[in-house]
Amino acid sequence: MVVGGLVPAAVLLLDAQTGALGANPVQRAILQTGLLALALLILSLACTPLRMLTGWTWPARIRKALGLLAFFYGVLHFLLYLLDHGFTPAVVLEDVLERPFVTVGFAALVLMLPLALTSGRGAVRRLGFQNWQRLHQLAYVAVGLGVLHFWWGVKKDHTPPLIAALVVAVLFAVRLIRSRRTRARS
Amino acid sequence: MAQARRPLGPYDTSEPITPYAQATTYNNFYEFGTGKDDPARLAGSLRTRPWTVLIDGEVRKPVRVDIDTLQSWFPLEDRIYRMRCVEGWSMVMPWLGFPLGALLRRIEPSSKARYVQFTSLYDPKQFPGQRGDVLDWPYVEGLRLDEALHPLSFMAVGLHGRVLPNQNGAPLRLVVPWKYGFKNIKSVVRITLTQKQPRTTWAQAAPDEYGFYANVNPKVPHPRWSQATERRIGELRRRPTLPFNGYADQVASLYKGMDLRRFF
Repeated sequence: MVVGGLVPAAVLLLDAQTGALGANPVQRAILQTGLLALALLILSLACTPLRMLTGWTWPARIRKALGLLAFFYGVLHFLLYLLDHGFTPAVVLEDVLERPFVTVGFAALVLMLPLALTSGRGAVRRLGFQNWQRLHQLAYVAVGLGVLHFWWGVKKDHTPPLIAALVVAVLFAVRLIRSRRTRARS
Repeated sequence: MAQARRPLGPYDTSEPITPYAQATTYNNFYEFGTGKDDPARLAGSLRTRPWTVLIDGEVRKPVRVDIDTLQSWFPLEDRIYRMRCVEGWSMVMPWLGFPLGALLRRIEPSSKARYVQFTSLYDPKQFPGQRGDVLDWPYVEGLRLDEALHPLSFMAVGLHGRVLPNQNGAPLRLVVPWKYGFKNIKSVVRITLTQKQPRTTWAQAAPDEYGFYANVNPKVPHPRWSQATERRIGELRRRPTLPFNGYADQVASLYKGMDLRRFF
């Protein structure tokens, strides 16, 4: 699973070697890793609603791998952005502090860090399941910020970020309806 | 393709020219789609002959003219210009064409003319991007008359010693090298001299992000990114962006006394 998730990174590396990333390879790689990070994060959040709706158990088993891959591509996305700006701290700081587009993307990645660090079973035990679960609800904040970052990142055609926003809204709605029903029954 | 190097003219840059392959595959031309590779992929649907250009408005000699006739009015010149996109990348482009001023002098602006408005072709059959409403079609751009008459302002009909490729704005496009690339309107069908400042497409679409003047200015950031640096296509490290894209000596006087933060 994790190995499969690294295939896009390998393809990206290969494309960079052969010039297949086009005239502005750094820009293209930034876009692709950002898209991968957001798509994987959304997929990881789709696991639980999918299990709720279908009763399947396999989505729950791949959730952690999807989340970690999302973080991996998020970090890669950020590193490429740093490379784009020649790792100049002043430029990056100005971007993060003064440009909401960058601020929200950066915040999304920062929020994912504690989730990645507590993705193991040991962490669930240490934190207690309830606390762990509450902490991992941050994933919804992160995906919200990620979609906003995507929205502000496109110059004109907002269809792709709109699709992402709709998918996230549906996933959230499924959970909300389900948890309300569960509460009503108990 | 390597171009035989000729002596540089007074308006040329001596910087390395962006290779043809990159200049013709990495384009913003939303009439074909919003992706950088959409224009090169889809530009085959544009037919550039026959092509008529209407020149009207505040002029003494309005004319509707075939593109080949229009081209024959002026000796074609080479111009090697820097091109800085508002998105933060740049190229060095060897254009072929004629000065816009030569065209304007020929059709004689009237005493009321203050601006020049340019309009691109509107034809969703040839421009698949126009089937959606990503921008308010047709694309419109404009210049103040004194900007348009500046010797750097240029109408291109060729690139790299060949006929202008469709994805680069065939058969006729504007090139104003001290402004962001979106001012350089492509596939022009109409040039109108006006009294009022034209309502230009990007300034209408996002007035807080794109102004009418759109002079390259490292000190005025785009709301979402800094304009202080740019990536020259083909280079890894960004380089500093120069005021007026390095043409300040020639054009800064056009904007004397203007607040360039307000009129961005």
